[in-house]
Amino acid sequence: MSGVGATRASPGRGVTRKAGGAPPLDVERIRRDFPILSSTVRGKPLVYLDNAATSQKPRAVIDAISRFYAAENANIHRGVHYLSERATVAYDAVREQVARFLNAGSSREIIFTRGTTEAINLVAQSYGRSVLRPGDEVLITGMEHHSNIVPWQLLCEQTGAVLRAVPITDAGELDLDAFDRLLTGRTRLLAIVHLSNALGTINPVQQLVARARARGVPVLVDGAQSAPHLAVDVQALDCDFFAFSGHKLFGPTGIGVLYGRESLLERMPPWQGGGDMIASVTLEGSTWAPLPAKFEAGTPAIAQAIGLGQAISYLEAVGMDAIRIWESQLLAHATERVRDLPGVRLIGTARDKASVLSFVVDGVHPHDVGTILDDEGVAIRAGHHCAQPVMQRFGVPATARASFAFYNSFEEIEALVRGIERARQVFG
Amino acid sequence: MAGLSELYQNVILEHNRSPRNYRVLENANREAEGNNPLCGDQLTVWLRMEDDVIQEATFQGSGCAISKASASLMTGAVKGKSRRQAEELFDRFHRLVTGRLEPSEPETLGKLAVFSGVSAFPIRVKCASLSWHALKAALDQPGKIVSTEQP
Ligand SMILES: Cc1ncc(COP(=O)(O)O)c(C=O)c1O
Repeated sequence: MSGVGATRASPGRGVTRKAGGAPPLDVERIRRDFPILSSTVRGKPLVYLDNAATSQKPRAVIDAISRFYAAENANIHRGVHYLSERATVAYDAVREQVARFLNAGSSREIIFTRGTTEAINLVAQSYGRSVLRPGDEVLITGMEHHSNIVPWQLLCEQTGAVLRAVPITDAGELDLDAFDRLLTGRTRLLAIVHLSNALGTINPVQQLVARARARGVPVLVDGAQSAPHLAVDVQALDCDFFAFSGHKLFGPTGIGVLYGRESLLERMPPWQGGGDMIASVTLEGSTWAPLPAKFEAGTPAIAQAIGLGQAISYLEAVGMDAIRIWESQLLAHATERVRDLPGVRLIGTARDKASVLSFVVDGVHPHDVGTILDDEGVAIRAGHHCAQPVMQRFGVPATARASFAFYNSFEEIEALVRGIERARQVFG
Repeated sequence: MAGLSELYQNVILEHNRSPRNYRVLENANREAEGNNPLCGDQLTVWLRMEDDVIQEATFQGSGCAISKASASLMTGAVKGKSRRQAEELFDRFHRLVTGRLEPSEPETLGKLAVFSGVSAFPIRVKCASLSWHALKAALDQPGKIVSTEQP
């Protein structure tokens, strides 16, 4: 793993495959690449376990952004001057890089957005609004983030379509029999979360996409949580849309990605109008630029895109397989330690999980758990995690959630455990 | 750490465990709900007013220790107070939890002074004030049910 975080790395560089799996991950070394991880909060070393909310940034990303502003800043696709040309090349290179990262067929299928939320709204308002008729159905699940619920509710109000949701089991898995019943001749779109931010469940997306596509139903996958933790191949998933956010993938805020199947994107009308998305404009009417510019109105988040490119390079240098293995070990260990604490109940016990441990502590409100952990330097999230239907399903107002990244260590899990024990003492 | 033990004082922990006035008030003539959408806290405050004086105050709901203990102590503190006195108390309480109270004032808060530790935790101010916002809504509304959105 030489050079991780220090330089721009090409995919897989420095990662030598050993027989039988990915190389082990040198967590101490990785942690040194993330400046914030050596800071202290409230006098204690920071233990950052709120990665599902947003992830920390490696120095390579931070440096790339400041370098852009210090030496390369210009608008793209507009100037004939040197800096503008360079910025344009750099921005377009990140699009190519994202296409490879997701294994998209072409970079024309990669649309830059502000994040997952904007990507989903784009699909709802462009694709959804142009195809949905009264009585049509949009199918989601009971474990969606609000950003994969509300855009569809707005769309249904606008079109007279109906929103349906696949229920979840006590373990926090999708009820697949119910899925088959709810996927009908009226379903026009399926929108599902790949990895649940509230429960940690990994959904069998490939299988669900196959069932939907057999009925001619296009599928949007919310990959906000999966892209940072699982190797994603949109062609293998065979989904039509895939959305993720840069800031959860160790990149900056303000940049995200919508992958869309080219044949669908071609047919979709633009969503937002403005500069950069047109071929020509007269006062009588306009024609649209080809993909992907058709969906990128206005000056985009250029520095953020460049930061995202660095984040992807960094991740690929570490290796998504190595990350998956390390995080599985962390989650398995954390699950065992936290589950065995008296008075603790895990929310979300699916067989296939990643990176998220949601729990409630008897007699201690999650908010109070969060404050006591914070006093130990441990950052977790307490609340409904923008997934209120999940809270309602499990009959809790909120949960405490620890969410992991590949830079977390086993010692940090012990800090979490100590914090939970202290919460029980304070409230004992 | 001092901050944490000042936040979770014994009185607060005790009121969290066994909140006072925790029931529906059958003969209430005012009622309001308080929601904190950020953390999912939700509680209802009931009042029985006679001639502008709070004869009785009760509450129910779910929330963190701070919001529950605050509601518990509030329902006790406003009993027998006029509407104006209750509003003045809220004003002082709010300045206490946001750290803007004059040094001479704490004693005028009585038991409510146990919430002084909240001021070191700005995000918990909303928890401490939730029931007070519901109380104020109930006082402001002659009608039966009002709802305060985020305080
Ligand atoms: C599963 C899931 N979907 C969507 C989002 C929304 O992402 P963003 O706020 O970056 O648009 C999140 C963020 O919390 C998420 O966890």
